[in-house]
Amino acid sequence: MSLHSITLQDGADLDGFRSAVRRLIGEELAPQHVIWTISDAPDLFGGEAQGDAPPVSLPRTVGELISLVVCHRDPERYALLYQLVWRVLNGERELLDVASDPLVHRLDLMARAVRRDLHKMHAFLRFRRVEGSEPEQFVAWFEPEHFILKATAQFFIDRFRSLHWTILTPIGSLDWNRETLTFGPPACREDAPSEDSFEEGWRGYYESVFNPARVNPTAMRAEMPKKYWRNMPEAASIPGLIQTASQRVDRMIEQEATMPTKRTPERALEAMWNQEPQTLKELNAIIAKAGPLVPGATQAVFGEGPDHADVVFVGEQPGDQEDLQGRPFVGPAGKLLTKAMGEVGIDRGQAYLTNAVKHFKFEQRGHRRIHSKPTAGEVKHYRPWLMKELELVRPKLVVALGATALLALTGKPTPITRSRGRAKFGAYEGYVTVHPSYLLRLPDEETKQAAYEAFLADLARIKDLAQADLETGELPLAAE
Amino acid sequence: MDEKLAKKLRILADAAKYDASCASSGAPKRKADVDGLGSTTGAGICHAYTPDGRCVSLLKILLTNYCLFDCAYCVNRRSSNVKRARFSVDEVVTLTVEFYKRNYIEGLFLSSGIIRSPDYTMEQMLLVAKKLRRDHGFRGYIHLKTIPEASPWLIEEAGLWADRLSINLELPTEKSLEQLAPEKDGASIEGAMAQMSERIEEAREERRRFSPAGQSTQMIIGADDTTDADVLRTSAKLYGHYDLKRVYYSAFSPIPDSSSVLPLKPPPLMRENRLYQADWLLRYYGFNVDEIASGGEKGMLDLEVDPKLAWALKNRHLFPVDVNIAEREMLLRVPGLGARAVDKIVVARKHTTLRLEDVARLTSGLKRARPFLITADHHPKGRLDRADLRERLVEKPEQLSLFA
Repeated sequence: MSLHSITLQDGADLDGFRSAVRRLIGEELAPQHVIWTISDAPDLFGGEAQGDAPPVSLPRTVGELISLVVCHRDPERYALLYQLVWRVLNGERELLDVASDPLVHRLDLMARAVRRDLHKMHAFLRFRRVEGSEPEQFVAWFEPEHFILKATAQFFIDRFRSLHWTILTPIGSLDWNRETLTFGPPACREDAPSEDSFEEGWRGYYESVFNPARVNPTAMRAEMPKKYWRNMPEAASIPGLIQTASQRVDRMIEQEATMPTKRTPERALEAMWNQEPQTLKELNAIIAKAGPLVPGATQAVFGEGPDHADVVFVGEQPGDQEDLQGRPFVGPAGKLLTKAMGEVGIDRGQAYLTNAVKHFKFEQRGHRRIHSKPTAGEVKHYRPWLMKELELVRPKLVVALGATALLALTGKPTPITRSRGRAKFGAYEGYVTVHPSYLLRLPDEETKQAAYEAFLADLARIKDLAQADLETGELPLAAE
Repeated sequence: MDEKLAKKLRILADAAKYDASCASSGAPKRKADVDGLGSTTGAGICHAYTPDGRCVSLLKILLTNYCLFDCAYCVNRRSSNVKRARFSVDEVVTLTVEFYKRNYIEGLFLSSGIIRSPDYTMEQMLLVAKKLRRDHGFRGYIHLKTIPEASPWLIEEAGLWADRLSINLELPTEKSLEQLAPEKDGASIEGAMAQMSERIEEAREERRRFSPAGQSTQMIIGADDTTDADVLRTSAKLYGHYDLKRVYYSAFSPIPDSSSVLPLKPPPLMRENRLYQADWLLRYYGFNVDEIASGGEKGMLDLEVDPKLAWALKNRHLFPVDVNIAEREMLLRVPGLGARAVDKIVVARKHTTLRLEDVARLTSGLKRARPFLITADHHPKGRLDRADLRERLVEKPEQLSLFA
């Protein structure tokens, strides 16, 4: 049988290789009958190569390996890849699993070399700004070892999408004008700017992070071989850093410990720990500054009531009305709570009302903003503020309205039904009941009425508990 | 670049370099918006290496090296006479953006001396992160050093902007912390670590963003008399309780203007290297601290051979191991075989019977592995019991890459 010759284009000719493979496999030509050559002449036979040979089905991992290895500089790459394809299609479908096979091993080394080259290009390429360019244009000169220019383009687009940049190499160039990518001809170093105003600062940074006590140039060169140095501005500092390292260390060790020349800043040290907010106003300012965790809310809704109220009511989160008015419990549920409080004789003005979460979270449906429940993580995000709030109010009793408040107060998810009634929240006396919005959601009047009665009973107990003696914990008779 | 800014940069980079962490990995994959800047690939990129063999990945700087704390091991303690400087928030933002555009860095690693109060300092750091993310659409990597003494809500907020948070434990025991870092307190450090790990976990479940690349810490080695075994016990606890991504070990190194309470001589760098190897054995090779410690003497690791080899030499009765039939767990314990080589062996042997030259293609550590391995064409026989086996396997003294 005569030898069959295939000529592919210079560089990473993945398309040429793919169509050649289809043809060769179609004709059942074994690797020993094929000669692969690379032409640096223009693609004269490009059209002819696209025969209508049917596609060859290969495992995904083989395809990935091929697209990496075609970028390798080794002229044998196509012959080796064809050997792989041939064996995979002739009884060794899982050949790539056998990493110890000499062919697989060699191709793996080639793929690793290409991957490393890509990685080093992402790492060591340096842009320089074209002086005076507005909008800014950046140009880099880089010398890759393998044919990776096209393979690297997406990385730089993803990273520098909003910049106009050009990458020049001896094997071709890339230009991204913030919209389209253009492949251009090979270039030379002189085509790129020769300096950049930030390079000196960068070199200064590079020199400063070096620790002379740990000098280890071998380790440096293993990761950053010398061939890259000529295109990296900071590399010019390397010889000097190595030369002076031992002197610098000797000086440090010889130098005896010096006495502090400054006196201890006693007052600053004392003031340093007074960082906690001292009033609710200070705390609220901090909350306001932080902004909503989930975007959308108009404003933070703070707690409301006397600074040292006997009872703190903790709800879930502000609703639509609360968000607009900037006050807690002013929507439908809030109105119901106020009404119920009045019925048992709790003066709303004497209680402190707040929410576990300080911002409204919602889903927009047409014109309506539908309340959406805060997640456990969101509740806990706000928890340190709630804890501080309680610390500042110092109430006798803390009331959890609903499961979210209970989670915020205990840090653990607990069902309301099981914990309804008296509770302990850390150091605070507590009470657990339902959230008034629950009463609004109940479907029929009868259940609604019963639930409301039960809620009133809870509020009555809360009133009594709040009047209990803080010191002795003794309750007025009515509460027992 | 402005000369005054360049000068500050030198001071505040020099002041930050004793933090060993340089990773830019673990962030979810992101791309720049049409108007934005920056991406993360998941794997992290080292943009340069300095002649100490360490990588330069992030712009690692302090916001300021003025500090009210007085930690003996730290170059920036308030009683030290080093030059001081302070960046404005905008200066850090500018440096990050301009360096990033030139492809010098993967992002920012910001830490700071404590000025005014822990809360004030933390707020300033948060401002930098917020400005980068909001005003510049910055999608690159941000690592924030958390100040454990800051109020808990600031830690909550830090996680929203950063890819990684870290708090340095610095000293492995409470006693040393008391002695060498009077303003620090082990309980508040662990409290903050616990808070972060809980939030990281919850956010992951709720598919929200909170320090998606996790948290890490650093311990200084050789500034006190803690043994390697105790250092590793602390690490194992941190990995177990707080799900840390990394524990960094930093061999205490001479610093300019050092404090008189510190030891005069730095520990051998090899000690740090051995701790990293041991750390790997803890996390990826199924070893526990006691097993690793048993390879050395009196709680200290063997400096001449790596900890896996040290353990194997003292447990020769468990070898040789047949590469063609042994369990994965046991192959991982063979000196010279890394986790990746073991994975390849386990897959390849389903299709073929491995000989010595096959194994040679899968690992670069064959010399160490050979006496402990059986292959189709090789059995170490008596070699495993030779008295001079250790001597034959000791590496020639040369400096090793610490972060390879």
